[in-house]
Amino acid sequence: MTRRLLEGSEAMVEAALLAGCRFFAGYPMTPFTEVLEHFAAKLPAAGGTCINAESELEAIGMAWGALATGARAATGSTGQGLALMQESLSEITRAELPLVVFHMARGQGDYYQATRGGGHGDYRHPVYAPVDVGEAVELTQQAFDLADRWRNPFVLYGDYLLAHTAEAVAVEPLACPPIPEKEWAVDGSLSGSGRSRNVNSLGMTKGRKGIEPEAFWQRLQAKHDQMAVELPRFEAEHTDDCDLLVVAFGSLARFARHAVRELRRDGARVGYFRPVTLWPFPTEALALAAQGVARVAVLEQNGGQMIDDVRLAVLGSAPVVPIGGISSDDAGFGMGPLLDPVNVRIRVSGALAGTERAA
Amino acid sequence: MKVDETIRTDTPPERAARKTGSFLPRLQLGADHDLCPGCGEPVALRILLEAIEAVGCAENSIGVIGIGCYTALTPLMDVDLVQALHGRAPSLATGAKRMKPETLLFTLQGDGDMVNEGLQEVLHTAARGERVTCVLLNNGVFGETGGHMTSTTVLGQRTKNTLEGRDASYHGHPILIGDLLAQLDGTAYAARGAVYDAPSVARTQVMLRRAFEAQLSGAGFSFVEILTMCPTGWFVPTAEGPGYLSKVMGSVHVTGELKRDGQFTPTRELPPPEGVE
Repeated sequence: MTRRLLEGSEAMVEAALLAGCRFFAGYPMTPFTEVLEHFAAKLPAAGGTCINAESELEAIGMAWGALATGARAATGSTGQGLALMQESLSEITRAELPLVVFHMARGQGDYYQATRGGGHGDYRHPVYAPVDVGEAVELTQQAFDLADRWRNPFVLYGDYLLAHTAEAVAVEPLACPPIPEKEWAVDGSLSGSGRSRNVNSLGMTKGRKGIEPEAFWQRLQAKHDQMAVELPRFEAEHTDDCDLLVVAFGSLARFARHAVRELRRDGARVGYFRPVTLWPFPTEALALAAQGVARVAVLEQNGGQMIDDVRLAVLGSAPVVPIGGISSDDAGFGMGPLLDPVNVRIRVSGALAGTERAA
Repeated sequence: MKVDETIRTDTPPERAARKTGSFLPRLQLGADHDLCPGCGEPVALRILLEAIEAVGCAENSIGVIGIGCYTALTPLMDVDLVQALHGRAPSLATGAKRMKPETLLFTLQGDGDMVNEGLQEVLHTAARGERVTCVLLNNGVFGETGGHMTSTTVLGQRTKNTLEGRDASYHGHPILIGDLLAQLDGTAYAARGAVYDAPSVARTQVMLRRAFEAQLSGAGFSFVEILTMCPTGWFVPTAEGPGYLSKVMGSVHVTGELKRDGQFTPTRELPPPEGVE
């Protein structure tokens, strides 16, 4: 196993190529830009195509067209660009196409955007939030695999820290079972055969006039309900005997995990829980982990977004308090003073002291 | 055929309509559709399908469809299709073509789709010289919503949101999309046809063939605009649709070839349609 020093952007692109991604289109925007740069540099040699799209609207549209032919394809941006893509993202979800989106956010303020979405109608897409470069390599490949299996877009939620931190990682192929043949894809060869296809998001069927929106949307909803059961994933430590449970996601969870481990060594009864999938949120696992705790503390780098999902999981069995907050560098890229082990430990300790006072 | 010999939709028919479409192109699965009487889009679809077959791509073509009345015609097309969002078809066609470069790739869009919502997409696709053919069905209104102004609505035209007629000082000027596209270096072929009579239909089918041939030869982006009747959206009697198209729309969106063999001819240098000064 060869380990190399790779920044998150490059490692995720290499993982995408290993997963068979052969098309990428994107528009530069910090901190996503390096993902585009690495795809542009590496895809042609892998027999693929990377287009410097003229806007995020074109970028996601191009990926949509590539996906319709059965190719593995991806796009990406940061929150601002993802905002532009929302219309297509919801429509691609209804077209049941396996898009992978590299969302390299400016901090964690795009949690709502990533998990709720800003597109139209009933639609959901899973969101993976890797904690470090090594996990990003795995989840990138997992996203391509599961996107094909579920015929649904998957979003990878990273940030400036993940995109630009170099870590020693091995980019190894993830073992995945074979993907069923894409009997829905169009390659032009069925034209004139009487069996031509229509990749669409409206529930249209060749040879039949009109659409059947209600039946079509109900079938999609049943799929999304099933995803919500099968896909939740989390990481937890010391949740069996804790008074305080700290919940965090993505890069910031690494700081939370470090603080919890340090405090545990000092004998504090503190636990750690990290949703790996932001949607579907690991609601049941968190509810179990929070049983019997005096307090749940949510560390997130925004004004309070994931805390809604935490409260929905805990359902009043313990007080849920925010210990994060808005924190940015001068450029607005989300590299704020909150991303500091000492700062995080102080906040966790403060929440822990609160549980002692409550007891 | 004189106007008074045709069947009007505002009076009960005295005799059955003449059956003129008993022969179907190979790529057309049927002739039964729900579009309005007098609509030009089914005719445009038919010559599009015939042109695909004529260039030898009946079994090797992918169409990307926009959102408009013509979307309801897609069940009739025996062509592998991808349904796009309003305006986005050229980008989808780009992605599909890059993955399937040996396939004939075309879009089918209306004026609201291509010239309003998706103007930047089609311009950039042309500038990139993408080997795709964008087909515009231009009737100068949003037909599907019931007759509203688009970016190609001609000055003076009455629509549901330009009740006194399109006024340049208030609603702005129409866009001659073919001229915008033809000027770009990535565009190999651009033409504007129409379907108001048999000769215009025949000429337009030749344009479609030339556009497809430009794509297949690798010359670059190609574009065919087809002026189509929309008597419903124009609020004119069905039988007056072809005349309105050729005289009112056709005097602004003049038919002809705007780019061929690298030579750009602006619309203002094209000969005006017959009967127009």
